[in-house]
Amino acid sequence: MTNGWVDIKNADVILAMGGNPAENHPVGFKWFIEAKKVRGAKLVVVDPRFTRTAAVADFYAPLRPGTDIAFLLGLIRYALNNGRYQEDYVRIHTNGPFIIKNEYSFNDGLFSGWDPNTKQYVKDSWGYQADPKSTAYGVDPTMQNPRCVLQLLKQHVDRYTPEMVERICGTPKDKFLKVAEIVTSTHPANRVGTITYALGWTQHSTAVQIIRTAAMLQLLLGNVGMPGGGVDAFRGHSNIQGATDTAGNTEILPGYLKTPQGQFQTLADYYKNAIPMTLNQQAWPSMNYWVNYPKFMVSLLKSVYGNAATKDNDWGYGWLPKIDANYSWMYIFDDMYRGSSMRVGGKETGPEGFITFGMNPVGLGPNSKKMIAALSKLKWMVVVENAETETATFWKAPKEYGGAASSQIQTEVFMLPAANFAEKDGTFTNSARWLQWKWKALDPPGQAKMDQEILSRLFLAVQNLYRKEGGAVPEAVLNVTWAYANPVNPDLAEVLKEMSGKALGDIKDPKDPTKVLKTAGQQLDGFGQLQDDGSTLCGNWLHSGVYTEAGNNAQRRSTADPTGLGMFHNWAFSWPANRRIMYNRASADANGQPWDPTRVGIRWDGAKWVGDVPDMKPDAPPGTYGAFIMLPEGVGRLFAPALNDGPFPEHYEAVEAPIANPLHPKVTSNPTALIFKSDQDSFGTVDKFPYVCTTYRLTEHFHYWTKHQAGGVLNELMPGFFVEIPEPLARQKGIANGSKVKVSSARGAIEGTAMVTNRMPTLKIDGKDIWHIGFPIHWGYAAEKGHTGPLANFLTPSVGDPNTWTPEYKAFLVNLEKA
Amino acid sequence: MELSRRNFLKATTVGGAIALGFDLSKARAEIREFKISRTTETRSICPYCAVSCGVIIHTLGDRSKNAVASVVHVEGDPDHPISRGSLCPKGITLKDDITHKNRLTMPKVRRPGSDHWDDITWDDAVARIARHIKTTRDKSFVARNAKGQVVNRNPGMAMIGGCTDTNEFNFLQWKAITAWGVPYRDSQARV
Amino acid sequence: MTVQALEIKRSSAAMWGTKTGLREKPVVSKYIDTTTCIGCKACEAACQEWNDLKTVATHQEGSYQTLPHLDADFWNLIRFNEREVDGGLMWLMRKDQCMHCAEPGCLEACPAPGAIVQYANGIVDVDPSKCIGCGYCSTGCPFDVPKFHKTTGKMAKCTLCVDRVEVGLEPACIKACPTGCLQFGSKEQMVAMGNARVSQLKGAGFQDAMLYDPQGVGGTSVVTVLGHGHPEWYDLPRDPHVPLLVRAWKSILRPLGVLAAFAAVIGVFGHYATYGPKEPPEGDGVGEGRTK
Repeated sequence: MTNGWVDIKNADVILAMGGNPAENHPVGFKWFIEAKKVRGAKLVVVDPRFTRTAAVADFYAPLRPGTDIAFLLGLIRYALNNGRYQEDYVRIHTNGPFIIKNEYSFNDGLFSGWDPNTKQYVKDSWGYQADPKSTAYGVDPTMQNPRCVLQLLKQHVDRYTPEMVERICGTPKDKFLKVAEIVTSTHPANRVGTITYALGWTQHSTAVQIIRTAAMLQLLLGNVGMPGGGVDAFRGHSNIQGATDTAGNTEILPGYLKTPQGQFQTLADYYKNAIPMTLNQQAWPSMNYWVNYPKFMVSLLKSVYGNAATKDNDWGYGWLPKIDANYSWMYIFDDMYRGSSMRVGGKETGPEGFITFGMNPVGLGPNSKKMIAALSKLKWMVVVENAETETATFWKAPKEYGGAASSQIQTEVFMLPAANFAEKDGTFTNSARWLQWKWKALDPPGQAKMDQEILSRLFLAVQNLYRKEGGAVPEAVLNVTWAYANPVNPDLAEVLKEMSGKALGDIKDPKDPTKVLKTAGQQLDGFGQLQDDGSTLCGNWLHSGVYTEAGNNAQRRSTADPTGLGMFHNWAFSWPANRRIMYNRASADANGQPWDPTRVGIRWDGAKWVGDVPDMKPDAPPGTYGAFIMLPEGVGRLFAPALNDGPFPEHYEAVEAPIANPLHPKVTSNPTALIFKSDQDSFGTVDKFPYVCTTYRLTEHFHYWTKHQAGGVLNELMPGFFVEIPEPLARQKGIANGSKVKVSSARGAIEGTAMVTNRMPTLKIDGKDIWHIGFPIHWGYAAEKGHTGPLANFLTPSVGDPNTWTPEYKAFLVNLEKA
Repeated sequence: MELSRRNFLKATTVGGAIALGFDLSKARAEIREFKISRTTETRSICPYCAVSCGVIIHTLGDRSKNAVASVVHVEGDPDHPISRGSLCPKGITLKDDITHKNRLTMPKVRRPGSDHWDDITWDDAVARIARHIKTTRDKSFVARNAKGQVVNRNPGMAMIGGCTDTNEFNFLQWKAITAWGVPYRDSQARV
Repeated sequence: MTVQALEIKRSSAAMWGTKTGLREKPVVSKYIDTTTCIGCKACEAACQEWNDLKTVATHQEGSYQTLPHLDADFWNLIRFNEREVDGGLMWLMRKDQCMHCAEPGCLEACPAPGAIVQYANGIVDVDPSKCIGCGYCSTGCPFDVPKFHKTTGKMAKCTLCVDRVEVGLEPACIKACPTGCLQFGSKEQMVAMGNARVSQLKGAGFQDAMLYDPQGVGGTSVVTVLGHGHPEWYDLPRDPHVPLLVRAWKSILRPLGVLAAFAAVIGVFGHYATYGPKEPPEGDGVGEGRTK
């Protein structure tokens, strides 16, 4: 989230799309209702299903799963053609005025630079045009130049007329126009709207571009950075925000630093690639905060290698594992299944050992059958869990999942009992980036242990083996520090201190070198004090300031809210720097005065920025730097050269779709989509699988956990799997509510109870009825007795977004029959 | 056997009638106890979605040395600025998540080709897994890639982390991943 | 520990003088705003957990609704109703539980002395130690609330969390409610809040929004904001009354204490026990139990 949960109460308009917040984040949804009741805010829901959120919305419009970009680009066209955007904001806070290279073009579904052999874009043409008179880039503040971003955008979205939106999305024109009217009503400076989304956008082969389209719309409406505005991603788990922040993914190190690649053999090479060049040197130059990258990186290396990291050995950079290819989720299991990775220059082995802390890939998918086949190839696997999951028991999965007989599976499986959330302390980071400490309430049951103890024991045992026996590059193992007071079971407060950062030598005040800010051993105040000379240690620069000399800020519990805007600066700690609204500099105009005096993000008081913790150098007067300090342009991007599938979003059909793309049938789905092609992967076509299917979660259950609760209330509230089917389709097929149906895809088939409902709309596309069905994900073969059910991901394909490599769970093809 | 109302009436008519109009001996009712008046309250954060509601875990006993804590109730933390005491059905039933009988309590191993779990001690499990990690790492380790560049990676191993691991655990896990050289690593954030 | 003694306003099967004690207490009430209810069932779960009720074996039969109706082990139920009006789809959700009537039909019908009491704060409660499980209270209830518990042989229903209210807390369902569509306070405050919300809704296009506080039972300690002035769309009786015979039983027959008369009435009650107290459903969709 750019903003916070409570901040939603400050919105005049809320567009909930690509998510069902009432269902999945009911308590956060409190603040939607507050906005409606107190401000008279309008809640608009655009969703393939009439959801629990739609039930209390002011307006609902249906759309076909996988067509969100077309809908949103239609909204952008409506805003631009009707003058319903905030021009002053666009001029100073976006790259709308920037001139784009003449080489950039878009034709028949493909952007310039397409290489049909590699199926990737060469992005050279997607850049800013150099100004011949200076070394800088061309900018037209009037935004009339036909090659400026705003005009190119206008041209790009011109095809997305309300009629075209109806043809692609199936949304009746009058409903689309009503949504457009409400959503763009926030274009005046004193009206603010937010857009909220969740996995309904991220689980598409066009996911990142959907989210970008929403961000572009918000930039055009002047809503980014404003209290009550922003683009709010609702994350689905208590600490996946924290997991990503702290290197949960293959491509990143803690704090979103980049995982080094083999081609960057020294830190200097690595920096050249990792630190963006400052692009905007003109009026409002970019602060380009990433120039501080070396301070973050060296402090991180000091935290992992301690005294072994020295200036002479490049702070231990050489020991860090380097990647030469993609090692993310779907590749893990593809390579595990194949037994090798063919993507790197030479042939390398795939995983033969696998450790999962609290994750259930057989349930999580995609393509559960492939998951089981992949796990069956392992030599060893460790599952650390609260309950016996599908993954832990893959070797005895029901026959329909296609696994080998137990006697044929040679995997040694360890299932280790772990403490759950109440049985350990530590911090979770919520969707609003708040790190909150939780206290331990009781001991884990039986012999279950806290996961930090399980991990530490393994770590120390392996280190011990290398110390005694040597092995492959033992120094990479031995030099990693684990110097906690109790190394076998580290105190998490001590770890949080390490992450927050401390001085290893004296840190002097850059403004007055005679003044010492911190002496060796002291906790740092924040990432502003980090150094690139080895005199600071910090496990995650973004978290810096969470544990200072004042104590553990994640434990703060002040409910004071002097602004009344719901920021709560003294409750817990919000990264970065306890800032509650990201890009808050954009909430003020060129003179630093708030666009809306009743909703002040920050304001220039003549000497400094006041309000929220400024997303800006605190004493830099308006005009010194652009509002988007992390971007090399310093402004918000309406045109983004960084993504892999185009600088502007474009509608592409899902990889499995019921119709060809009406805009460019020859380039129907995302040409850069990630598609896996092992012999376990297969794809369906509309002749055999005529219905679109989408998957989702329910309020009454949590992922694949709560079905394990013996005697639990949740299994009582929602006892089993079901399939939601539009009433006319059910009638056509003779399917009665409550009867059994079979749903099949190219991957497999499952059975469930039919829920026949008008909440699943019938959409008309080119005069034809188009239907979609859907079902929740929560069941599987490992559960409390009486509450097992089919795995939803048995049916989903190994297909993903080209930027995030997240699977396409929200739109795939199936057939539906009476069982 | 369920007694039907009609049968029940037949059986109790006389008794019931005799009781009519009497028995107001107790002027006040004292029938329900407040079940959490002296439980220990611990502030925590709900482990489900990313709203991060504040929860109060009520445990039996007052944390004295001889009292063994067990969860008797979970309720919303009214001070929490986001949740303000409310919880969804999952949060409200967290007691079930902590106390249910399908919780794992013993390390187990399923040996190659076997069709069942065997018990294993923690020490044996840790020793065996550590040996697996070392054997796999030593065997699969790629110190230099095909171009001769130092890469120090161990593609023989994959690790995925959970969605309810603490930040501190995630950091420790990243350190272990770095030590073991694991390139195949991912989390719930991907899916 | 026992909570402080509770002041009783009325008690079942009392011949005369049911009011006890001297203290006046403000009547409390729940407030339910169906227009901001998302049917999340936090109230259902909170009720189950707080009251330590046993789980009911439920089955997926093609509905989001947990059970077709309240149960002796399930005192708080969200009712889901889909309805299409003029091409617009509505998914209506309403929290169903004991309404805590000011003039409780259950209490009037109950033949067991002190088994059903109305406290001075308006809460209507069953005292299991005195309940004889005859089921007359369900006959007297126009909302089909009290249920017979097979294991205990007693009637059971929502207590309005009297144990919490008496120590100064809100009921468990109210506290849990994520959207704030449930509120708790004095009846006076809740009615004022309800009227204000109804005005707001009328201004926002819900012309026939209404506050449901049925006077046929003297008003209830559960006031419900309905977005649409059709209580039956929410599985609520339009104009509930305590059945006439229950009134007659209480005001005329029982004080006479005539055994013969009592016997004669049994047949009539038998009818009610079999066919229920509710009037036949009005219009379609009512009384179908669960929809989606």
